[in-house]
Amino acid sequence: MNTLLDISDVVVRFGVRGGVFRSAGTIDAVSGVSLKIEEGQTYGIVGESGSGKTTLARAVAGLHHASEGSILYLGKELRNLPETQFRKLRREIVMMFQDPIGSLSPRLSIKSLITEPFRIQGMTDRDLDAEARRLLQMVGLPPEFAARYPYQISGGQARRVGVARALALDPKLLIADEPTAGLDVSIQGEMLNLLARLQDELGLAIMIITHNLNVVRHITDRVGIMYLGKLVEEGDTDTVFASPQHPYTLALLAANPEPDPDAQLMRIELQGEPPSILRRPKGCEFHTRCPFAQARCAAEVPDWQVKGAAAHRCHFPSAWEENRMEKL
Amino acid sequence: MAVLDIQKLSVSYATPRGELKALRDVSITVPDRKIVGIVGESGCGKSTLISAIIRLMAPNAHVGSGQVAFKGEDLLTKGEAQIRALRGTQISMVFQDPMQTHNPVLTVGRQMIDIQYRDALSKAEKRKRAVDMLALVGIPDPEARLNQYPFEFSGGMRQRIAIAMALMARPALLIADEPTTALDATLEVQIIKRLRELQDEIGCSILFISHHLGVIAELCDEVVVMYAGEVVEAGSVRDVFHSPAHPYTRALLECDPGHIKEKTRNLPTIPGNIPDLVNLPSGCIFAARCPRRFDACTARPAMAEASAGHGTACHLIGMEMTA
Ligand SMILES: Nc1ncnc2c1ncn2[C@@H]1O[C@H](COP(=O)(O)OP(=O)(O)OP(=O)(O)O)[C@@H](O)[C@H]1O
Ligand SMILES: Nc1ncnc2c1ncn2[C@@H]1O[C@H](COP(=O)(O)OP(=O)(O)OP(=O)(O)O)[C@@H](O)[C@H]1O
Ligand code: SF4
Ligand SMILES: [Mg+2]
Ligand SMILES: [Mg+2]
Repeated sequence: MNTLLDISDVVVRFGVRGGVFRSAGTIDAVSGVSLKIEEGQTYGIVGESGSGKTTLARAVAGLHHASEGSILYLGKELRNLPETQFRKLRREIVMMFQDPIGSLSPRLSIKSLITEPFRIQGMTDRDLDAEARRLLQMVGLPPEFAARYPYQISGGQARRVGVARALALDPKLLIADEPTAGLDVSIQGEMLNLLARLQDELGLAIMIITHNLNVVRHITDRVGIMYLGKLVEEGDTDTVFASPQHPYTLALLAANPEPDPDAQLMRIELQGEPPSILRRPKGCEFHTRCPFAQARCAAEVPDWQVKGAAAHRCHFPSAWEENRMEKL
Repeated sequence: MAVLDIQKLSVSYATPRGELKALRDVSITVPDRKIVGIVGESGCGKSTLISAIIRLMAPNAHVGSGQVAFKGEDLLTKGEAQIRALRGTQISMVFQDPMQTHNPVLTVGRQMIDIQYRDALSKAEKRKRAVDMLALVGIPDPEARLNQYPFEFSGGMRQRIAIAMALMARPALLIADEPTTALDATLEVQIIKRLRELQDEIGCSILFISHHLGVIAELCDEVVVMYAGEVVEAGSVRDVFHSPAHPYTRALLECDPGHIKEKTRNLPTIPGNIPDLVNLPSGCIFAARCPRRFDACTARPAMAEASAGHGTACHLIGMEMTA
């Protein structure tokens, strides 16, 4: 298999101004992330709200400037690529945005919105009415939706319009930021099955950001867990779900609410508040909230450790097992 | 007494193809100090229902009939000014799209101070309340963050700020339209816990819309299941999740990937499409997709009791009882 996307040590920095931030100057919303996505693969990114997932995705899609590191797409460096050159690549690399309605221009009809990629790419030979019908059908919306405007459709329908628009040009890499948030489980299933089919037929690679752990477990090949702008665990999805090593991963997997009011959940309470990105904790950045932290965690930054088909950054990855034994 | 009592509400949208009947005879009750969840197919009318309650409807929307009683008074007969006075004080709202709550050109702090305009507090006190509220929903550096604009926050942060703002009014009724879609599982659980605590402290009721069945199971006391503009089942969370009576509810629960232990790339779905809301089929609204459809289903089923306090609109109910 070919590596489609090779991200290494990417940093995305934002300037911040005013108030207390005046002294800070900048924050690293993404702070040194490396990962690889193979052709035809699905890579899941999960993690704390505000941990830099959207920012990373936008950097790959050329919508944020990466201050450091490299983003290779089929061997070609995307970082610092001028917008005029990036535009051609937008046939192959497409992004689906997190806000379904907010990301659709309210003045354009649904037909204009889903066929806009053809116009942007100057593909004037296309029959846009036919394309609109094809794309709407693909995402399970009736043809009459072509004439509607974004405020005349429901949240989940807007999400599906976003999927149609993203798939218009048969991309090679789809970056999907929460593509199924706001969909009921049946339509969520339809959308994910559609993506799986396109993947089989066209070799589409997908970078999917989602908080829905059930989705991640079923459809991704690999997964990366983000915390405070960095990956804390990364690897084969089945391996990570079967034996999560990093305590944050563990807390995340244990938190997943079960569709049963009487479910007995073994939850792991995170301590304290989410840390400030302005004053990153020393040592392991998770130590301020980690239920298993020890003195070493506050002093030393843990290195990547490989375990089976996954890797993690934690000094005491098996602490939770001992902890569980104690509880039993 | 119920805080919110919706009876036989019908709402339609004028479209070039004719009236789109988005809600038909919908009845939902939110008891005092209870959390009621609404689940249902995308496009089944959940947001339409909310917009009708708080009267922020699309220009082409029209309330056909029904009542929306809030603390015993019908909101549908109230004037615009009276409704406006209720919104943001007695009834707070978290919208599906957080950008609908936030003004993009004002800092978050400014917006959080502005919504306290009714309170006789100094600016510093209002600012302090805003900081406390942000901290409560887990926003780091709340003090500094107040100076930032909405686009400088992540999707989940914007959602949490919307929740914080809705709670600042200490409303009698909080209506939340999918407020946790952008939250990771640990935060979601934490926010649910905070919501429950605040609900207890403020003594409010919550109407909570979500597609996440796990969240509904964890947060809500009661749940209402909607399909294509109608209520098809309602009852306690335990009754509905443990013994779903309507075939749509059963299908929905079966589709939840949370229930599927074996890894699969082919996720279950409910075959077929939702009916055209302009040209409605006669009979049961779910019939075209129902695996248990039979002769009686060509007539529209009325709401009937599956067990005490657990109702469903399906002809199977009568059948099973006589059988
Ligand atoms: N344009 C911007 N300017 C300044 N700060 C920003 C900007 N965009 C994001 N940030 C900050 O960067 C951090 C990461 O945000 P990001 O949107 O990438 O998070 P996320 O992981 O996608 O979270 P969520 O799951 O809540 O969507 C946050 O602290 C956010 O406030
Ligand atoms: N202004 C409008 N004009 C015409 N049709 C509309 C309008 N607003 C909504 N609709 C339609 O009314 C139906 C109900 O929409 P609503 O937004 O209430 O659904 P919902 O249950 O909130 O769905 P979701 O879970 O996807 O947000 C949908 O079929 C939608 O397309
Ligand atoms: S009334 Fe008939 S068609 Fe409708 S849900 Fe019940 S069994 Fe199915
Ligand atoms: Mg995001
Ligand atoms: Mg909605």
